[in-house]
Amino acid sequence: MDTFDWVATAVKILIVLVPLLSVAPVMAWVERRGSALMQNRKGPNRIGPLGLLQSIPDAIKFMGKEDPIPGHVEKFYYVLAPLASLIVPFLTFAVIPFASSMTIDGRVINFQIADLNVGFLFILAVGSLGVYGIIMAGWSSNNKYALLGSLRSSSQMISYELSMGLSVIGIVMAFSTVHLGEIARAQGEVLMTLGPLTIPKWGIFIQPLGFLIFLTTAFAETNRLPFDLPEGESELVAGYHLEYGSMKFALFMMAEYMNMAVASGFIASLYFGGWQMLPGMHSVLDVLGLSGLTFDIVRVAFEALSFLLKLCFFMWFFVWVRWTLPRFRYDQLMDFGWKVLLPLSLANIFITGVMIYYRWY
Amino acid sequence: MLVKHKKSIWYEFYVIDIAKGLFITMRNMLFAPNVTIEYPEVRRNYSDRFRGMHYIKSVNGVENCTACMLCPTVCPAECIHIEAGERPDKEKYPVKFEVDLLRCCFCGMCEEACPKDAIKLSNIYEMSVSQRTVYDKSYLAEQRGNK
Repeated sequence: MDTFDWVATAVKILIVLVPLLSVAPVMAWVERRGSALMQNRKGPNRIGPLGLLQSIPDAIKFMGKEDPIPGHVEKFYYVLAPLASLIVPFLTFAVIPFASSMTIDGRVINFQIADLNVGFLFILAVGSLGVYGIIMAGWSSNNKYALLGSLRSSSQMISYELSMGLSVIGIVMAFSTVHLGEIARAQGEVLMTLGPLTIPKWGIFIQPLGFLIFLTTAFAETNRLPFDLPEGESELVAGYHLEYGSMKFALFMMAEYMNMAVASGFIASLYFGGWQMLPGMHSVLDVLGLSGLTFDIVRVAFEALSFLLKLCFFMWFFVWVRWTLPRFRYDQLMDFGWKVLLPLSLANIFITGVMIYYRWY
Repeated sequence: MLVKHKKSIWYEFYVIDIAKGLFITMRNMLFAPNVTIEYPEVRRNYSDRFRGMHYIKSVNGVENCTACMLCPTVCPAECIHIEAGERPDKEKYPVKFEVDLLRCCFCGMCEEACPKDAIKLSNIYEMSVSQRTVYDKSYLAEQRGNK
């Protein structure tokens, strides 16, 4: 790697890292305000316009609070756990492409921090490390509720990871690659034309069942409602982060929101065309006269914008579902994971195989 | 007895019902009016019969109370303390009139028992204080309502 590569990588990391860090404060506002509006309340509206600056006093409060370590905890793992759960989303976002490539000085830059050939298998592999943070937190807290929460989360994540992995197999079969950039590029092709409408080859159109399964398991993997059994405040007080306070708790919260961001980005790039422009954006570019090779940077910006919009939609969807559906009972959760989602994902693989055999794709 | 209704295949396939639920929350978010009353700026209107902070009604600067002791007698919480005295014109009047708001249960029986329309319960409901005070006559003599 020479200087050019280093600078390019640094810029890309900056582009990803800054929004990813600001996900937590923004989403905290979205969550509180959105839930309030859905329940016919007003939500935070005192600080800043529409309460937008609410996160600043929240952050000050988190940082200003005393950071106690209870006497009965296993100190090393107790301190390590929030970090372990925070590192995972940072690592996994590295392989998600947020724009296509552009050429500077005859050198191609892929807008993806780590261009790994294992592709999204990296996300599945590292993403399952997230359960370590939760287990460490629960076990080292030396508290029965925290331990129960972490046990629940580990069994839940293991059960749902299976269906998650299997549901993505359909995408791999359809695009015959695991490389996320390649998958996003392949989704730009035309699936069919219905009169004036052109339906692109987005994952959701060729894998609707796989998409539903993946979406459900993504909720389970990020421990969000209706699958937030690890937290289950009505029965477990607060679950695995019961013994945590001040900034350590804030790290868990940030990890949750960043996991949501990674899951949303993952869903967007697998099933919604990744950085492929939203319908209509091409014509906007044409009208503005900004298409063509000279305005590469504009095209890349529009692609990043489309990716961001898709990601934001799914982030909002996470919040939306949270304030719509009640929590599952634990046995229902396990039944749903093993008896419904697993057979469905296997059936999805079979159907995809049949369709590929008869060349319907 | 446990009754099991047979569910159709579409009922078991929850996706449609979840979509309906999502639609309902979105409709509430976008179109339903807020029920929040933003308290310090906007206040709820209470009925005129609301029983709040006490006051002793006075006419031309002289309180109506004649220290007849009916209100401390009827008071179930025993929060009213009156000491009677005599004016130069031989009229009875309360030297001390104290209401212990911490004991008061705001039943309004003092108001009902009073033959002279002296003790009244106003509409004021913001009564939180930082000290446990017993309100004395000079405080209660302030006219807090027009009952």
